[in-house]
Amino acid sequence: MNVQLNPAPVTPVLQATQISKLYGENQGFHCLDIDLYPGEVLAVVGESGSGKTTLLKALSGRLPPQTGQVIYASDEQDIISLYDSSEAKLRQLSRTEFGIVHQHPLDGLRPYISAGGNIGEPLMASGNRHFGDIREQASQWLNAVEIDPCRIDDLPIHFSGGMQQRLQIARNLVTHPKVVFMDEPTGGLDVSVQAKLLDLIRQLVKRLNLAVIIVTHDLAVARLLAHRIMVMRQGQVVETGLTDRVLDDPQHAYTQLLVASVLQQ
Amino acid sequence: MSNFSACLAQAKQPSHYNFGYLDEQSKRMIRRAIIKGVCIPGYQVAFGGREMPMPYGWGTGGIMLSAAILGQQDVFKVIDQGADDTTNAVSIRAFFQQMCQLETTTQTAKASVIQTRHRIPEQPLRHGQIMVYQVPIPEPLRFIEPRETETQKMHGLEEYGAMHVKLYEDIVQYGYIATSYAYPVRVNHRYLMDPSPIPKFDNPKLNRNPALMLFAAGREKRIYCVPPYTQVVSLDFEDHPFAVQQWSQPCKLCGSQDSFLDEVLLDDQGGRMFVCSDTDYCQRQQEKQHECSA
Repeated sequence: MNVQLNPAPVTPVLQATQISKLYGENQGFHCLDIDLYPGEVLAVVGESGSGKTTLLKALSGRLPPQTGQVIYASDEQDIISLYDSSEAKLRQLSRTEFGIVHQHPLDGLRPYISAGGNIGEPLMASGNRHFGDIREQASQWLNAVEIDPCRIDDLPIHFSGGMQQRLQIARNLVTHPKVVFMDEPTGGLDVSVQAKLLDLIRQLVKRLNLAVIIVTHDLAVARLLAHRIMVMRQGQVVETGLTDRVLDDPQHAYTQLLVASVLQQ
Repeated sequence: MSNFSACLAQAKQPSHYNFGYLDEQSKRMIRRAIIKGVCIPGYQVAFGGREMPMPYGWGTGGIMLSAAILGQQDVFKVIDQGADDTTNAVSIRAFFQQMCQLETTTQTAKASVIQTRHRIPEQPLRHGQIMVYQVPIPEPLRFIEPRETETQKMHGLEEYGAMHVKLYEDIVQYGYIATSYAYPVRVNHRYLMDPSPIPKFDNPKLNRNPALMLFAAGREKRIYCVPPYTQVVSLDFEDHPFAVQQWSQPCKLCGSQDSFLDEVLLDDQGGRMFVCSDTDYCQRQQEKQHECSA
């Protein structure tokens, strides 16, 4: 089922086997296997309440699953089972190797700290003690996410929604993570801002060889960004495959319904 | 005011109060917290704070500590912003005078226990002396992380990078680290600590000080300690190193050039002068000058 786009890396960077987290019947997700390779974008789509966000939390080390395990391999020597390691290790991992982009940017930012401080915080947390260097990197990242570097000292609450989301992405990428988890990153943005943001994410993924899991209910986002797609319903994966294959030739009845419900031009 | 103090000094210890106001069980509980705090320098020990006959914010934490450690042989000094003669200092001193019938002093050298609000005396402390600090907010990470559960986790896992964000924001806004009091320190290579609202001028005095330093927050019910000769380092950036305040003029009264000075406005014509905030130190310096000139 797993199609490799880049044949070079053979080991998945993130591997989940038989993970389940059920709050109740059909609430959460049940017995899932996921492999994620470097440089790959995997979209998880499905209706509200299908367990997408819960799955993302479990994969990113923020919610222990009831069964199964999640294995992160930064390289072939260093293989870590997330929920078997200590909390200190897990937090250190999620600070440096993982990026987590929340749906609401202010959930992932410190609203009353300047933009530069927000980008600099992960650097300071990993031991950088040189003000000039931190500021230089913050300014470069603002540039990279297309925010004017002269706004480095402005507060995120004075930014527009789209800028806040881009700032959140910059804050996540500054430590050069290997895996980025995004929960509806374009929700709540207008269409033109959405398009710009998607463009930006696509560029960054390519340039930094990121592995990304993106949760969305917007099929257009999945179509634009994702190499692979996973359709969830009631805590189960009903269909998975290459994005174009799944969207152009849906096999499962629910996927067909999902694809058909998008307005066609 | 002199009448009031004289009355208090003459008043007998009310027989229905225990020595030092607190009951012995409470004192023992506080001493246990102190011992734990001394064992883990900089770690905030929770303790069962008692009601004291004064409002929170007036030094209830410090009073509880003093009450728990004072003995009949102790000589007690209280300073508020360095001064022995401000309301808070006078009334706390009078309180213990009445409750313990012990000797009080304004001289740093004579005191065995010094309760302080916002200053460390200029005269170097000696081994055997105890400093008691009144702390409003014991948690240095509160500014960056309001959740107590989260700050405890950060202490536990030594995740202190976020503290530098505060200093970063200072440099961004003012061009230098403008935090001038409650300047965060790292104790014994381990715990991040708020040294109470002492000016950062006093931070270097904390490092390897021969005296025992006890801190207590009455409202938040936390005690933390710095044992004698413990390393205490102020946080900074490589390219913005820690520096203390400096003044353009010496103390107007005693001419001291190396003490912490208060700016006093004299009139509405822009007249002002700088004087030592440590009143005892200033008097000693003036006496010395008199001796020299005489």
